[in-house]
Parts: sequence; structure tokens; C-alpha cells
Amino acid sequence: MRQYIIRRILISLIVLLGVSIMLYTLIRLMPSDYVDMSTSSSINMTDEMRENIRALYGLDKGIVEGYIDWLGGIFRGDLGMSLMFRRPVVEVIGQYAPVTFTVAFIALVFQVLIAIPLGILAAKKQYSMTDYTIVTLVFIGISLPIFFFAAILKRIFGFYGLNLLPISGMLTARVNYDGFTFAKFLDYAKHLILPITCFVITGCGGLLRYTRTNMLEVLNADYIRTARAKGVPERTVIYSHAFRNTLIPIITIVGSTLPSLFSGAAITEGLFALEGLGNIALRASYMADVPYLMGFNMFIAVLTVAGFLISDILYAAADPRVRLS
Amino acid sequence: MEEKNTVNTQHQAAIDELEKNQVILTPGQLVMRRFFRNKLAVIGVCILVFMILFCFIGPLFYPYSETELFYINEETGEQIRMYETEKLKTAILYTRAPMSAEHWLGTDDMGYDVLARLMYGGQISLMVGFVVVIVEMLIGVTLGGVAGYYGGKIDMIIMRLVEIFVSIPFIPLMLIISSLLISMKISPSVKIYYTMFIMGVIYWAGVARMIRGNILSLREMEYMQAAEAAGIRTSRKIFRHLVPNVMPLIIVMATMDLGGVILMESTMSYLGIGVSAPFASWGNMVSAVTNDAIMRNFLNIWVPPGLCILLTVLAFNFVGDGLRDAFDPRMKR
Repeated sequence: MRQYIIRRILISLIVLLGVSIMLYTLIRLMPSDYVDMSTSSSINMTDEMRENIRALYGLDKGIVEGYIDWLGGIFRGDLGMSLMFRRPVVEVIGQYAPVTFTVAFIALVFQVLIAIPLGILAAKKQYSMTDYTIVTLVFIGISLPIFFFAAILKRIFGFYGLNLLPISGMLTARVNYDGFTFAKFLDYAKHLILPITCFVITGCGGLLRYTRTNMLEVLNADYIRTARAKGVPERTVIYSHAFRNTLIPIITIVGSTLPSLFSGAAITEGLFALEGLGNIALRASYMADVPYLMGFNMFIAVLTVAGFLISDILYAAADPRVRLS
Repeated sequence: MEEKNTVNTQHQAAIDELEKNQVILTPGQLVMRRFFRNKLAVIGVCILVFMILFCFIGPLFYPYSETELFYINEETGEQIRMYETEKLKTAILYTRAPMSAEHWLGTDDMGYDVLARLMYGGQISLMVGFVVVIVEMLIGVTLGGVAGYYGGKIDMIIMRLVEIFVSIPFIPLMLIISSLLISMKISPSVKIYYTMFIMGVIYWAGVARMIRGNILSLREMEYMQAAEAAGIRTSRKIFRHLVPNVMPLIIVMATMDLGGVILMESTMSYLGIGVSAPFASWGNMVSAVTNDAIMRNFLNIWVPPGLCILLTVLAFNFVGDGLRDAFDPRMKR
């Protein structure tokens, strides 16, 4: 087992290396670099001055050389300086990550809270009106373009509609809070309602369908029939016999949705003007901020690869045959 | 002798009769029958047929084209078409026109007819869906099949490649690629094809993984061992035994992915990195909503394309789900 884990971790590192090479090459291939973008409006800039700045930012090096520098930085725990912010990438990520994390985490909790009970309900009442309604709603959720859904929500609840909720930003402008009071918390919460609704409605479909299918499969198993034959109450059959056995695959799925929440943040945060990692990544892509883009994208890649790694190791722990191959 | 013969023929006739009335269903017919019993799937097929007719046949009967600008004479309120050059001197662009008999869904911010753009945009969205799915399936099925069938080192390399492709976040990647394409001064009409091809190349990894898993489990089946024992050629084993058994999975995945790709393309076009002006796509039509005035007062500009995306993707999902159930009766919904 130990040998298997070590081998698996080594392979993951190779995969991450591959990802970083591909990303770095593509980002550096972008036609106009940060220096072009940020100096295009100043007339006094000469090409010579631009070259000097490039040398300062390390953008004068070729792709291979630049990549080796970047990789060397990684081993020293240094992700480089963000060009847009003029600060270390680690610091920038540290500053904006809490927003993204909070939104992703709350959305995930709501997704689980909605998807699992409804999935069980649909499975319990298979082919009933309830089941059909839930399944249809799930499909609509999966098929909704997130930008369109966000626009509808903004139109209905925002300033031009019912005027109930703010449609962009994190805090109401022109309001000052002393320290972290309850009023400030409430303001944050109000601003986050629409983005989180967007995440939950468009994201919980997959989990719900998975719960339902798994539950149906388990409910057809022999031990469920045995339990029912022995006169175990239906509640106990569903929640303690059947549900427990669907829990493991569900946990795997929940774990693997985490990276997608972060990469999805690039769009949703942009739509609602939240100051999070994704929104900044979007801006960084337009500005060709190489170090930040590498940092953010590699962050998601690490999450994804870690997800694979954990599920593979869990499978291996459960099924010894996997380790041999 | 004579009598015996008639008895025989009568008997034979009875058997023929029985055989004629006996309905023998091929597996394909069984699948069709199960599929059409599923209400949601039938609704999906209806929506898709409607959308295809609307997007591909509709323009033949609709007088306006995708890139025709409309003008209006401010004093007389007379609408002027693009070719009436004489009258154009006193006219201004007829933007944000309300819904009327001339423009069923009004005109947009630029003075284009919304309904016409809805049709042409739909053509693009559907075409992107089909091309991307074909590309991803070609690559994914081949590589996934090879990995699953041969195993060993090849499998190892292909699966690591799959992991690399799956780990790269899609939207930032497309942003980067899109700016690359723009810098190469590729015209918008050709850029669409590049975008389709690149999306296919990125999306293949998910397909390869599913196909590989499926092939791995098929390889353990008794009939494959029998084929092995019979010593038939590898190509025959693959094309006669494996491919037909993977086919249902491929069809279901392709249908579901069509929806996913259309959704992705619309998101990219919304962000301005997919299909770009002057060409319409449902995604870039919705992006008009970023203008507050349009969001508030001109629902006719941004709601119809959004609904079209929703309905089309929904229909592909319904059909894909229906197909999966129809192919696999054990796993009834």
C-alpha cells in the first residue's frame, strides 16, 4: 500500500509538471505582454524603456528560460511577483482567496443540503409526480447558462425589478462600518445571496442525479429486501441501511466538485463583480499577468490532481487488486 | 396421397400465418420502443426538431439577413432598408426597435433584426456543438480505446495525458487561446472553426477516460475470452465485438456533450472569446444585457437567445438521458 501511494504521488507530480509546462508556454505565447498593455497609453514611452521594464519583470527571457526560472521559484516557495499588483503572488492569492473560498464553501454546503435529501426523495418515490418534477427541475438547472440565469436574477431582484437585493459588489458603497459588526455581516450576506443562488441552482443537478441513481441501485439490493422482510421500519431502511451505502460514492463526487467551483468562480465572480480569485484571474488574462495566471491556474490544477489522487488511494484501500496494476 | 398433401399445406399455411403475426423485434427496435415511451425524451426530440427547422429552414422564409442594418427616418418614422441608398442620407440607425409586424422581436443595439440573428446564431451554436463533439469523439474514442485495449505502458502514458488535460481550467485557457487567435489576425468567420477545433482537442480527455473504463470492463467479459480462444484477428475483435458494445456509451455521451458544448460556447461568446461580431451566436446576443438600459427595458433583445440556449441544451440532455435508459434496461430510471 505504501509503495502504491508513493508511486501515485510521483505520477501526480509528473502530471502537474506537464500542466505547468503547457500553461506557461500558452501564457507566454500571448501576443502582447504586460508591458505592452500597461504602457500602450503613454506616448513618452520609447521601445528602449519598454525593453528595460521587460528585463525588470523577467519578460525578456525566452519561454524555456522563463519557465525554468518560474519552476526554480516554486521549489523555493516563491510564486513570483504579480505584475498587476506589484506584490508577491502568494500575498495576492492570500488576500483574495477568502472571498472565493467562502462563496465556494457556502455554495457547496447548500448544494449538498439540497441535492441529497431531494435525491433520496426522488428515489423513494420513483415514477411519481414528485420524482418527475424533481428530475425535470434538475435538468433545467444543469441546462441553464449561468450568465443568463444571473441576468434574470439581477433583473427580477435587483434595482430595476423588485429592488430587494444588491446585484454587484461585496458591500454597499458609501457605508462605513467600524470593525466587523453584525450589520456588516448582514450586508455581506445580502450581496452574496444572488451569486450563491446561481452556483447552487446550476451546480446541484449533477450531485442530485448521482444520489438518486445510486439510491435506486441500493434500494434494489438483496439486503434491503431482507431488511424489509424482517420488518425493519421504512425510515430505518432508507436512512440507515440504504443511505449509508450510497454515502461513499457521494463523498467522492462532492470532493471532485470542489475544483470546478473554483474554476467556475472566474465567470460567476465576474458577473457579480465579487473581488475574488476568479474575477482577478479574468482581468489578469486580459493583462497577461504571467505570474498571477500561473499561480491561479496551478492552484486549480493542484486541487484537481489532489482530488484524483485521494479518490485513487481510497479505491486502492477499498480494493486491493487496484494496487497491483 | 392427395389428401395428405392438403393437410400438409394447411399445416404449413398455419405456421406461416403464425410467423407472419409474430412480431420479432430487433434490439434496435426494442431500444427505439423504450426510448419513445419516455415522455421527457420525446419532448426533447420535438424541441430539437423545432430548433433545427427554425435555424436552418427559417432563414429561407425570413426576409432579413443576419448582418443587415436597419435605418429609420426620424421625421416621417419610415423604415429604410440598407440598399435604399438615396433615402439613407436623412436616416439614422433604427436601434432598439420595439416588437412590431416588421421586426417580430425588434432590433438590437446595433440595428440588426433580433429574430434573424436568433436563426443565424442558432446555426452557429448547433454547428459548433456538432463539430466539437465529432472532434472530441474521434480523438477520445481512439485514444481511450487504445489505452483500455492494450493497457500497460501505452495506457499509462495516455491516462497521464488525460489527467493533464482535465486539470487545466477551461475558461482561463480559452481566454489565452482566444487572444492568441486574435493576434494571428484571423478573421472572425475563420476564427469560429479554429475555436471549434481547439475545444474538441481540449474536451477529448473526458471521453477517453469513460471509453477506457468501459473497454476495461468489456475485456473481462466471457465473449471476449471466447473471441480470444477462437484466435480471431485483433482488428476483427475490436470492430466486431468491442465497438458495437461501446456504441451505446458513445451515442449517449455524444448527445449529452452536445448540450455541454453548446453551453460552453455560449458562455465563451458571452465573455467575448467565442464567436465574435459581426456574426451572431446565442451567447454573444445575451451579452447585450451588460447594458443596464437593455437589461431593464429591452427584454426582447436578451431573453429570447437565453431561452433558446436553455431549451436546446435541455433537449439534448433529455434525449441523452432517454437514450441511456433505452440502451440499458437494467438501469431503469
